[in-house]
Amino acid sequence: MSLKFNYLFYISFLLGICLSVQAGEWSGYIAGESRYFPESPLSANQYDDFNLSLSAQPEYRHEWDDGYQTFTFVPFVRFDQHDSERSHFDIRELTWLKAAEDWELRVGIRKLFWGVTESQHLVDIINQTDLVDHSDSEDKLGQPMFNLALIRDWGTVDFFILPGFRERTFPGSEGRLLSGGIPIDSDQTRYESGAKEKHVDWAVRWEHSLGDWDLGLSHFSGTSREPRFLPSTDGAGRFVLTPYYEQINQTGFDLQITKEDMLWKLEMISRKVQDGRFTALTGGLEYSFVGVFETDADVGVLAEFLFDDRDDNAATPFENDIMLGMRLALNDVQGSDLLVGGIFDLDSSASFYFVEASRRLGESWKLSLDAYIYADMPRDDLAYGFRNEDFLQLELAWFF
Amino acid sequence: MKRRVFLVLLLVGIMPVDLFAQTPEEKGLAIAMETDRRDTGFGNYIADMTMLLRNRQGDKSIREVRMKILEVPGDGDKSMNIFDKPRDVKGTVVLTFSHGLKPDEQWIYLPALKRVKRISSSNKSGPFMGSEFAYEDIGSWEVKKYTYRYLRDGVLNGNDCFVVENTPAYKYSGYSRQTEWVDKTIHQPRQIVFYDRKGALLKTLTFKGYRQYLGQYWRADEMLMVNHQTGKSTRLLWKNYRFRTRLRSRDFTRNSMKRMR
Repeated sequence: MSLKFNYLFYISFLLGICLSVQAGEWSGYIAGESRYFPESPLSANQYDDFNLSLSAQPEYRHEWDDGYQTFTFVPFVRFDQHDSERSHFDIRELTWLKAAEDWELRVGIRKLFWGVTESQHLVDIINQTDLVDHSDSEDKLGQPMFNLALIRDWGTVDFFILPGFRERTFPGSEGRLLSGGIPIDSDQTRYESGAKEKHVDWAVRWEHSLGDWDLGLSHFSGTSREPRFLPSTDGAGRFVLTPYYEQINQTGFDLQITKEDMLWKLEMISRKVQDGRFTALTGGLEYSFVGVFETDADVGVLAEFLFDDRDDNAATPFENDIMLGMRLALNDVQGSDLLVGGIFDLDSSASFYFVEASRRLGESWKLSLDAYIYADMPRDDLAYGFRNEDFLQLELAWFF
Repeated sequence: MKRRVFLVLLLVGIMPVDLFAQTPEEKGLAIAMETDRRDTGFGNYIADMTMLLRNRQGDKSIREVRMKILEVPGDGDKSMNIFDKPRDVKGTVVLTFSHGLKPDEQWIYLPALKRVKRISSSNKSGPFMGSEFAYEDIGSWEVKKYTYRYLRDGVLNGNDCFVVENTPAYKYSGYSRQTEWVDKTIHQPRQIVFYDRKGALLKTLTFKGYRQYLGQYWRADEMLMVNHQTGKSTRLLWKNYRFRTRLRSRDFTRNSMKRMR
C-alpha cells in the first residue's frame, strides 16, 4: 500500500473542516473495475488474466457570497488487486476561489485542461498525468497553484505560479501496461534542477473567442511533466528505468474553428529541452451527422494528424501518425455513447485500436466497456513494449 | 395650416382601419413583436428546472438543470445551463450566446476532464437530455427566428387567444411549422402544436400556472410536451424564479463556466 500515514492525517483533518462547515454539498462516485489481459505479460512478475479494482472520488463543495466564492475538495482513492502502485491516493482538488467583476483568483490544488484535439493533448501541460490510473493519459494528478485570471474584452489572461512538482505515476513491477515489463524505479528519480521537485514553475495563457474562432496561446517554464528514462539497477540489482525530469520552456498554440457541423482543430507546441528545441502538432477535424437515418442518433467522424519533428527519436509513439475515429451518440434516456477508432503509424505497420462505450443504468449507475488493442508493433516502435498489453475493461460506477 | 391639421386627424382616424387591413403575416409578426416588447427589460433571471421523462410503458426518469439567463439588448440572450441530475453528468455546464438568424455560439464544460469544448450549434432538432424537448424548444426565443402568419382568434380553456402559425426561419429545424395559441391578455403562449419536417403532427406543448414577476414578466410553472408519434412525454417544472440578480455579462464566459455549480 502506498497510502501514506500523513495522507490519512490530511484526509481526516480536511473531513473535519468539511463537516464543520454548514451548507456544503457532497457528491461523487464509487466504481468497481475489472480488467482482462488476454495475452501473457512480458515479465514473470506481472499478473496474468484478470484484475479487480475499486475507486472512489467524493467531491465536497461549499459556496458563499452568491457563489462568487467557493471551496472545493476532491480526494481520489483506488485499491487495486495486484498492483501496489495502482493502489493510491491523491487530492485532485482542494481550492478556494474568489471571482470578482474582471478577475478570478484560485489558490490551492487544482486540475485544469488546455487544448482542443482528441487524440493527444500537446498543449495541456499544467497537471501531471496519473498514468497508473489509466494508460490513456486522460487522468491527471492535482497540482498546487496560485492562479489569477484577468477577464478582459480582448480575452482572458491566466497567470500561474506552480510550487511543487508532481512525479508521473507508473504501474508497479507486478502491474500491467509497463513497457517491456521493465520496472520503473521512482525511488531513484532524478532532476535537472538542483531544487528537484521543489522547483517553482510558472505559466501564462491567453484565450479568446472571436466569432467562429476559439484561440489559445500559452507558455510554460519549469519541470517537464514528461520524464526521460535512464537505465539503471535497483537495490536488488534488478534492471530498472529511472525517470529523469529536465527543465523545459514550452510555447503552445491551440485553435478551433467551428463551422456549423464541422469543427477544425489545431494544437502546436515548441518545446526547448536540454539538447535543443522541437516542434509537435496535432491537427484535424470532427464532423457531425445529426439525426442519422431519421433517428435521434448523432454520428461524428474524427480525423487527426499527429506529428513530431524529432521523428523516431521522439519520446512519443506519435511522430507521424493518423487517428481515425467514429462517435455514436444515441441521445436516448440512458445517454448511450460509443467511440471507436485507431491510431495508425504512417511509417510502419504499428497501429492502436480503441473502443469506448458507456450507458447509464437507472438514475445513478453507469456502465462502461472499453477495449484497447496494440497491433503489429514493430521492434523499433516505442509502443513495442506494449505488444502484449491489449486489454478489456468493464467499469460500473455509482454516482451520488 | 388648418387643412394640414385636418389631414393629420384624418390619417389618425384611418389608422385603426389600417390595422384591420393588415395581412395575416403582418398581424402575426405584430403579435410576436408585442410578446417580445412586453418581455423586454428583465435584465437577468435564474430558475431551477426539473424534467420528468416518461415513456409509453410509464417508466420515469428525472433531470435537474439550473438556468441563468442574461438579456442582451439588440441581440439574443446569453444563457447558462448547469446540470445537477442525472448524477453522472452533475456539474456539466452549457453556455449559449443565441443570435437571431446567425448560428448560436455554444460551449460545453465537462467537469470530469475540466475541459471547455466549443460545440456545433446546428443540432437543433436533437433531443435535449433524452427528453421530448428538442434543443430548439429549450433555447432562447427571438422574434427573428420565425416567420409568422395570423390564422384566427380562438378560445383555449377559457382564455382568449390569437392562433398564429410560426415557420422556423433558422436552418436545421426539425419542424415544418408550429401552431401557437397566444393568450391575448398576458401575451404568452398557452399551447404550441409542432409538425415534423414532412408536415405530420408531432408534438403538443401546453403551458400551465403562469405567474407574473416584477409586475411585468410572465413565466409558466409547468410545461407539458407530449409526443404523439412515440407516446412519450416530458413534464417541465419551474421553481425559484429570481429576477435582476447580481449576474452580469462576465458571468457568461468560458472562464466562469468552470466555477458554476
